[in-house]
Parts: sequence; structure tokens; C-alpha cells
Amino acid sequence: MSTALKPKHQRLVLVILALVVLIGAALLAIWGLRGQASYFYVPSDIASDPPEPGRAVRLGGMVQEGSIQTLADGVTVTFVVGDGEATVPVRYTGITPDLFVEGSGVVADGRLAADGTFVADSLLAKHDENYMPRELEDMSEAQAKAVVAETTAK
Amino acid sequence: MHGFANPARFLRLARWMTPLLLVSGLVLVAGALAWGLFYAPADRLMGETVRILYIHVPSAWLGMGGWTTIAIASLVELVWRHPLATIAARAAALPGAVFTAICLATGSIWGRPTWGTWWVWDGRLTSMLVLLFLYFAYLALASAAQKDGIGAGSRVTAIFGLVGAINVPIINRSVVWWNSLHQPASITMGKSAIDPAFLWPLLICALGFSLLFGGVVLARMRAILANFQAEARLRRRAMASEALASVEGATA
Repeated sequence: MSTALKPKHQRLVLVILALVVLIGAALLAIWGLRGQASYFYVPSDIASDPPEPGRAVRLGGMVQEGSIQTLADGVTVTFVVGDGEATVPVRYTGITPDLFVEGSGVVADGRLAADGTFVADSLLAKHDENYMPRELEDMSEAQAKAVVAETTAK
Repeated sequence: MHGFANPARFLRLARWMTPLLLVSGLVLVAGALAWGLFYAPADRLMGETVRILYIHVPSAWLGMGGWTTIAIASLVELVWRHPLATIAARAAALPGAVFTAICLATGSIWGRPTWGTWWVWDGRLTSMLVLLFLYFAYLALASAAQKDGIGAGSRVTAIFGLVGAINVPIINRSVVWWNSLHQPASITMGKSAIDPAFLWPLLICALGFSLLFGGVVLARMRAILANFQAEARLRRRAMASEALASVEGATA
């Protein structure tokens, strides 16, 4: 009787075992990186575990509607960043990116001031996953569909 | 499957497949790029910058697809000792690396006006850079193994190709697992957050680039096989002339 595996199958079992171990190791590593590999904190992270004032942190979230205000000096803006659960007021002096508008994502480098305001040194605009032509933005859905149907080659 | 193990049969197939893939890929890419660059509308927020999408996204897919090809071919090489698998993995590495580099360069150019920065160390960008370095390491290993002929050295390359594949799902999931500056996937199974006006040229571009990729891989496989044949012929000739010399030496 031949209980011995054919070399081909032996290699297959060996490779599959090695892959299972490898994927396990990778999952462990990713699990360990869970909190560390994020690019920024969201407002609810700041609310639940506030970093000490003065420590450099990165804050990301959505610019709340109606919250952008330009101060009297003309180059300082204040706005509120939220993630649906918590909000953080932010102050930034400098040129804002083109995509920095209310309701869109933003990532700010800076530190928490003693009064709870986040003072940003730099602002990055975050683009969301939606891509939409400019002309379609103000149209109703039916109008937009008609335009797309007209301008798309069959 | 073992029908394709025969290099002669593969070469017959590759002889007409290579130009077919290259030409149809070029035609599709040229058409879709012209559509995307000149006729497709501008984005509501990004403006004209959105057009880099038509090169960036297919390059990203093919950069990851290249390593997936390497991983599958490496598995077939390790388990079934299929000689063409070795050659396919070697052939896919360089175009994969080129597409990864194009993805990183175009992404950086897009990031400057859109995000306000050329580069950040977030999960998606970092894992994609790691993929490029993996390609460099793979190419170096493969060229070192080639000097020893296809054998034990090649097996090390195949194991590396298989181990490196762990990075591909990490790239794909990086925007889900970690907060990142890069946006989450716009196109997922059966759903797209990209307006059809952008989506169609993008998909045709991706198909065209994929055909080009396939054509380049086949062309490189043919070149590697031709190299082997030339080397084998030289070796035979050297052995024959050596044998002749020893026979002449014995009779003299």
C-alpha cells in the first residue's frame, strides 16, 4: 500500500501550510498596527482620549456645514471638524487648499491648545471617493441622466 | 494543463497572441485616453486634475495584478515544477514594477493640487511604495538566480514571490483598516461612486493597459525562451567541438 504522498502533493501541502502560517503572521502584524498605522485621529478619538496640549497630533474629519469663518486678519480661518459623534474647533493661519470647503474632508497637522481648540500648522484636503462632473452638480438626477446619455458614446 | 508545459506549443500560441495583444491594447489605450483627456468632463471639485485618473487607476490595478501574476506563477513553479511558470513570473516583474512606478508618480502629481501635498506616509501610499521595493528586490533576486541557471536559486525567487503577495491584500484594504488621506475605493463589486462620464473611458483604459501588459509579458517570455535555446545550442556546439578535439588528439 502506498500511504506516502506523491512529491507533487507533498509540495502542495507544504506550500499551503507555509501560506497559512504566513497569513497568520500578517494578520497578527496588522492587528498590532491597528491603532498605530492610522494617518490621523478623528474627533471622537480626541474626545475620548485627549492628547496633552502641545503634543503634535494629526486630526482628520469632515468640515461642518456653516462653520468656516475668516477672522479679521483675513488669513486665519476657524472651523469645526466632526465625525458624526464628536466635534473639535480648529484654527488655522495660512493658505487653504482648493478642495477645502464645508462638508468635505480635511486633515490638519497641529496641536491642541489649552482651551480645547486645535491649532493647525498645515491643512490637507481629503478627497472622497465620489467623482462627478461639474455640470451635473446642480442638476436634478433625471436631467443629469439625460445629459450623460447624450454625451456618452453608445 | 500540462499541454501548455510544452514550450513549442506555447511559442506557437505566443507568436500570434503577442502582436494581437500589443496592437489591440495600443488602440484601446489611445482611444480611451483621447476620450478621457479631451472629451470627458472636468470634476466638480478637482477640475481638470481628474484626468490623471485614466492613467493612475489602471496603473495601480496592474501594479497589483503584476504581483498577483508572480504569486500564482510562483505557486505553480514550486508545486508542479512547471518550467513556463518560472518564465512567466520573471516576465511579469518588470512591467509590474513600471506600472507601480507610474501609479506612484501620477498619484503624487495628483496629490499636490488635490490634497496640498506631494506625499504623505499614510497606509495606502506607504504600502504601494513597499510594493515597488518588493519588485526591485524580486528583479535583483531573479537576475542573481539566472546566473546559476534555473534551479535552486530560482526556487528562492519563487518563495519570495509568494511571500511578497501578502502585501497585495494589504494595499487593497489599507484605506479600510486605517484612517488614510487616500480616499476609499470608488469602484467595488458591482458599485461605482464614479460618474459614468468618467467611468467608461476609465474602464476602457484599464482594459487597454491590461492587454498591453499581457502583450509585454508574452513578448518577454518569448525572449527568455529564445535566450535559453541560444544558450543550449552554444553549449551543445562547445561540447561537440571538445569531443572532436579529443578524438583528433587520440588519433594523432
